[in-house]
Amino acid sequence: MSNIDTNTASHDTGHGAHGAHASFDTKPIWRTFWILLGITLVELMLATIHLKTGFPPKYVLNGIYLILTCAKAFYIIAEFMHLRHEIKNMIMTIAVPALLFLWFVIAFVTDGNSYRELRNRYDKYQLEQNDKKVAPEGGEHETPPAKKPGSPE
Amino acid sequence: MAQAIPAGQKWWGGGKSPFNVEYGKLMMWYFLMSDAFTFGAFLISYGTIRFSSNSWPDPNEVFRAFPLMGSMHLPLVFVSLMTFILIASSVTMVLAVAAGHNNDQKSVTKYMILTIIGGLMFLGCQAWEWTHLHGEGAWWGRNPFTNADGSVASTNFTNFFFTITGFHGFHVFSGVVINIIMLIKNLRGDFARRGHYLMIEKAGLYWHFVDLVWVFVFTCFYLL
Repeated sequence: MSNIDTNTASHDTGHGAHGAHASFDTKPIWRTFWILLGITLVELMLATIHLKTGFPPKYVLNGIYLILTCAKAFYIIAEFMHLRHEIKNMIMTIAVPALLFLWFVIAFVTDGNSYRELRNRYDKYQLEQNDKKVAPEGGEHETPPAKKPGSPE
Repeated sequence: MAQAIPAGQKWWGGGKSPFNVEYGKLMMWYFLMSDAFTFGAFLISYGTIRFSSNSWPDPNEVFRAFPLMGSMHLPLVFVSLMTFILIASSVTMVLAVAAGHNNDQKSVTKYMILTIIGGLMFLGCQAWEWTHLHGEGAWWGRNPFTNADGSVASTNFTNFFFTITGFHGFHVFSGVVINIIMLIKNLRGDFARRGHYLMIEKAGLYWHFVDLVWVFVFTCFYLL
């Protein structure tokens, strides 16, 4: 048992000596940091522009957010977690199961959408609930209701 | 760009790790895979429920407060600060791993302390946000916020929010505990005696994973 341990350990340090881990110098780390920070700031900027002007439309924006999120995830996994520099077989044991998420997301989200459509068509109670608007004084962050001219106080 | 492999290397001949990583590190990867599916299941069920609802609270209305700023309308600012803190602590963690590769015990200590501080700052931010939302009347089973179209919202929004950010916060908390243990072991000189800092790398993988999950939580709850 301990034999195997020292084996892998010496193997690992041996690699360090040969410079296979030369990518562990700090330059790519900081580059990744700036990329991640930049992407977050772009997301923030887009959200602010959307709030102020209503452009770009929310659907387009959501697509952009998802792409940027995946980009961030890629950089964290590839550089910070160092997966990009591992052996290809090992990368595949992580990446291939992760592809399940594609099916997972698409299947469930379309299912959710289908529930909504079915309920809107067949469940009248649900539709009534949706039409029920909150009375202005019920909402916490609504502007306070204008006082009725004849009301007391 | 995968690792350069010498031609004719027999990886599966025995005697060495065929993936050229230590056993514990590989298992950490597979644990993180399973954890990713747990978080994925949470976030996807959130997405499913959100898609099945005709309307949903507007995150820019819900998450608009910043400490000491009173009722100023500052959507996304606070959560961006939290994102920045977590990314920064991820960087210090990689720097600790890099220092470990150079067998630099002092630098490992320094960067581990910075990482722990980052994690505690993130937890503090989250505690503040939860307290603030709780003060506004939001909790599991209680939702004071109205839907974006003005209709009455169900409690799905707050239930998912507190469950998922809570589960993530718990991961951050355990990450901080693991990092503190690693810091103590490093200060005792355990890794220096062992000759390698693989434990720091494993703790680092976990810590980056927490950051990775936050990227998705951030998008799903605050942006979309």
